[in-house]
Amino acid sequence: MSDLMKVSSNPHVRSKTDTGSIMLTVVIALLPAAGFGIYNFGLDALILILVTVASTVLTEFLFEKICKRKVTIGDYSAVVTGLLLAMNLPVSAPWWIGVAGGVFAILVVKMLFGGLGQNFMNPALGGRCFLLISFTSIMTNFDCDAYAGATPLASLKSGEAVNILDMVIGRTAGTIGETSMIAIVIGACILILMGIIDLRIPGSYIVSFVLFISIFGGHGLDWAYISAHLAGGGLMLGAFFMATDYVTRPITKNGQYLFGILLGILTGIFRIFGPSSEGVSYAIIIGNLLVPLIEKITLPTAFGKGGARA
Amino acid sequence: MNSVKERLVNGIIKENPTFVLMLGMCPTLAVTTSAVNGLGMGLTTMVVLALSNVFISLLRNIIPDKVRIPAFIVIIASFVTVVELLLQGYIPFLYDALGIYIPLIVVNCIILGRAEAYAYKNPVLPSLFDGIGMGLGFSVALTCIGAVRELLGAGEIFGIHVMPESFVPVSIFIMAPGAFFVLAVLTAIQNKVKINGEKKGRDMSRIQSGCGHDCMNCSDTGCTHRLYDEKADGTDRKSAGLKEEQTKEEKKNG
Repeated sequence: MSDLMKVSSNPHVRSKTDTGSIMLTVVIALLPAAGFGIYNFGLDALILILVTVASTVLTEFLFEKICKRKVTIGDYSAVVTGLLLAMNLPVSAPWWIGVAGGVFAILVVKMLFGGLGQNFMNPALGGRCFLLISFTSIMTNFDCDAYAGATPLASLKSGEAVNILDMVIGRTAGTIGETSMIAIVIGACILILMGIIDLRIPGSYIVSFVLFISIFGGHGLDWAYISAHLAGGGLMLGAFFMATDYVTRPITKNGQYLFGILLGILTGIFRIFGPSSEGVSYAIIIGNLLVPLIEKITLPTAFGKGGARA
Repeated sequence: MNSVKERLVNGIIKENPTFVLMLGMCPTLAVTTSAVNGLGMGLTTMVVLALSNVFISLLRNIIPDKVRIPAFIVIIASFVTVVELLLQGYIPFLYDALGIYIPLIVVNCIILGRAEAYAYKNPVLPSLFDGIGMGLGFSVALTCIGAVRELLGAGEIFGIHVMPESFVPVSIFIMAPGAFFVLAVLTAIQNKVKINGEKKGRDMSRIQSGCGHDCMNCSDTGCTHRLYDEKADGTDRKSAGLKEEQTKEEKKNG
């Protein structure tokens, strides 16, 4: 009997895409930035990345074994979390920082809330903020063999001149994966071309951020100042890889625009008015917490309900 | 003497105000940055709790039912003021560490809860020991939380350095989020122990319901050990109040 004669209930068209394939694409898209981080900061960066990824995967595996649940490490989501977390660490961090952050990200932020799909904030960012609050001096020490001194954003904040070309290429101090704008944009292009993410959140995030710093940054529409803000810090990494996390972004289209605008404004507030020079991770976490409310106010009206009343 | 012991055990274990009843969360989370602070807060609360329980129990036949809450608050606030001044005079470092949370003991729901649920309906001696038991339970819980937070967040317990030199303090534990983590984990451990006990076939229903053998004032309607007919007691506060008034009148008359 031909396939055309089969009778079945919907859905009739099935995609081969599953969590594993999406997560694997994200891992591949992260590789340029991770690779540049290793090239930039040396072998220590590779070791830190491997330790962090191993700790996230192992934590998920052990938790599910101990709780006698289905082991889900095959969907690569723990790998993505570990990779993102490691890219948010400074290369001078000792190995146990990666382990502590990985365990916190998976155990507390993800598994205790019910695993992938139930976490209310991005696990990697939750882990990063846990580390940032707990071990502030280690997490903000960007001195390493290759570079000494402040990150470009910190220099920018204290009014010093920065080399924008170096910032775009990534030859600056910073966390392992955030320095190279080019490598991150290459990864982002992979994600967009594969249809994993779209430009709604990153686009509205970056546009609203640029508007915010041109109005409140004190430099007006200064091209150099704005591009330094865009290329510096974790803005690109956050906008393309963390704000777009499927679990912790709004589902509705308008909600995604609103989410992006909110992140842009928050990041601008943290960077310009806050005591620290960087604020992407806190902005995204606060945005994550507001997602239920954003979805509530942007819920589309069901067909046949509301609309033009006679 | 039996009721005294029963009240103490009830307060510390079966109805532990922090881990079982989940009362008084504000001071629990806010002041437990170190074991000393937790212990200080717990003992201060215990003193107020025991004294206010005694006085409310003494005055229980005089306080009119309709204005009992304002009356409780006046009694509790008086004792809190006394304790606050004593702390300020004799233990100033604790007074500074606890800050606003000492005057806030007035509105601590453990104290008001015990006044309403126990002292207002029971004789003086059991009320005193109910207060001490509950206060001890609160102290033990706060000291535990404080000790864990101090150990992880500063590497010390009661100000004595115990962690090895290479230990880097996880400072989130002495900040606000750490309080939630530690309370959640300790409560989870407590629940796990209880569930394991149930699996082994021990009768845990009384512990789970926080049973003080006081079905009259118990809110657990699913309790299998319930002695009263549901319609005539705690589930329906109005009729419970009526019943109480009747017994009081009987007492007066008889």
